[in-house]
Amino acid sequence: MGVTLLVPDAAANITPDASDAGLRHVLHALPGVDQVGAEARAAMLASRSIKNEAKRTAIDLAISMVDLTTLEGADTPGKVQAMCAKALHPDPADDLVPPVAAVCVYGDMAGIARAVVGDRLHVAAVATAFPSGRAALEVKLADTAAAIERGADEIDMVIDRGAFLTGDYGTVFEQIAKVKQACGDAHLKVILETGELRTLDNVRRASWLAMAAGADFIKTSTGKISPAATMPVTLVMLEAVRDWHQRTGRRIGVKPAGGIRTAKDAIRYLVMVQEVAGPEWLTPDLFRFGASSLLNDLLLQRQRMATGNYSGPDYVSHD
Amino acid sequence: MDTRVDVRKTYKLFINGAFPRSESGRTYPVSDAKGRFWANASLASRKDARDAVLAARGAQPGWAGATAYNRGQVLYRVAEMLEGRRAQFEDEVARSEGISSRKASGIVDAAIDRWVWYAGWSDKFAQVSGSSNPVAGPYFNFSVPVPTGVVAAIAPQDSALLGLVSVVAPIIVTGNTSVVVASQERPLPAVTLAEVLATSDLPGGVVNILTGDPAEVGPWLAGHADVNALDLTGVTDDGVSTQMQVAAADTITRVLADVTADWTIDPGLGRLRAFTEITTVWHPQGV
Repeated sequence: MGVTLLVPDAAANITPDASDAGLRHVLHALPGVDQVGAEARAAMLASRSIKNEAKRTAIDLAISMVDLTTLEGADTPGKVQAMCAKALHPDPADDLVPPVAAVCVYGDMAGIARAVVGDRLHVAAVATAFPSGRAALEVKLADTAAAIERGADEIDMVIDRGAFLTGDYGTVFEQIAKVKQACGDAHLKVILETGELRTLDNVRRASWLAMAAGADFIKTSTGKISPAATMPVTLVMLEAVRDWHQRTGRRIGVKPAGGIRTAKDAIRYLVMVQEVAGPEWLTPDLFRFGASSLLNDLLLQRQRMATGNYSGPDYVSHD
Repeated sequence: MDTRVDVRKTYKLFINGAFPRSESGRTYPVSDAKGRFWANASLASRKDARDAVLAARGAQPGWAGATAYNRGQVLYRVAEMLEGRRAQFEDEVARSEGISSRKASGIVDAAIDRWVWYAGWSDKFAQVSGSSNPVAGPYFNFSVPVPTGVVAAIAPQDSALLGLVSVVAPIIVTGNTSVVVASQERPLPAVTLAEVLATSDLPGGVVNILTGDPAEVGPWLAGHADVNALDLTGVTDDGVSTQMQVAAADTITRVLADVTADWTIDPGLGRLRAFTEITTVWHPQGV
């Protein structure tokens, strides 16, 4: 399979055949990430003060970027339906609150979700033996196909971290490319599970690998591993999509998932998107939050700004 | 010659079992009863109040879920710690209220006794306040007091220790958690009480103590939708009291207001009742 994998270093524009050696050559030619610098820049961007009108706008934008998620073994049709209803009308008392971007469920629940949201929201389904990714390729492809058949128009796949960490980049590449093929028109989000990748260098390599293999979105985490999304990790991924766009003209989305629980955190991420990737990424088509409890905090902050009083958890729905 | 540098104390807030400075970075000077500068205390802001309510909400289910016996034991432990700090309390009460150390010693006695008295009510209040009710049907019908939830209190302005203890103890003994704004001009005994609470077995967040201006943070607490009840004992300004009650009405917050208190007499069960609600259960009989 021939692909063009481009790297920021102009001298290293190589066309590998997706063999381990070719991919390794390219991925290891990527410049290393200065971890201290990345953490410092993330911390600096997190300190920016967003108030009043800007905060109001940011909260609504953040709500419209949420992938409202339930990924529990104990999920029931009733719970998924209730979550979908909330996704359409996050605050029943306030019609001005925008709907979220999508609901995110296990593949077998995609049909139930689709029945509630119709074509008003995206339905994202996790597939490919989520969250571990430990299954045969045929199983992963069947998992993907089943989710799409049930109505999912976005697939959140996990990469094979074991293969990635052993340097078996070809396998990871091939699996992503095959799943992308199985997706057809559906959007593919590739979960890197950065909490298991150990270093920011690996996060950068995995980001490039996923983009080269056909990802429409790169996503930090499953939410099942700690640490999940962090600001430095998301910073590195935002740099990757920015650089990818510069080289190829194609914009890839980013989705931090897991561990983002407060409106304050969400606004920090939005600041980072604006400053690192650019304002073009400040749209639900290119940036999402994978979250469940975040939506409630965004609603509480919105109520606080609307009424002038602090709101409380009794004023939003819980599942 | 004596060259030792003074170790001066920073008086801070008490939120979620920790001692943070005010988020705003502000402080205000505290004078003793004779008007001489004594210390700088933290001047709490609305965001400190917000953090304190969050801490109190977080602690509430665990504290209410503990057995009444256990809560009583924890409060008794607090009394033990109060006893251990008695010299410091006597000094602070004497200086802040401008009374003799003998009189201050009597007040500290009364405060510790008051705390123990309320601790004892922990597993007895339900017997007195609850009931089993005769009903016309095959049901065992009984009523029990349950905690209201998060209670925001403005502590008495004059009685810096005895008044404070008499307000805090009845709130928490039944399973509520609290955010307390200490006496504005006499906050130091409250900060010392916070140090006692932090070193007893009281879970963090059950009592949160703010120092500062009740007229500034009070209305924020009153309007906060996650505050379930309001104790306005220490509000001296009628305008502020009205403002807070209006704000509280918006979110249907229980209010204890217009109390004239003599802290030296037996308090009775009024304050326990003020921050509990009666739940009635119908249980089928027979089978």
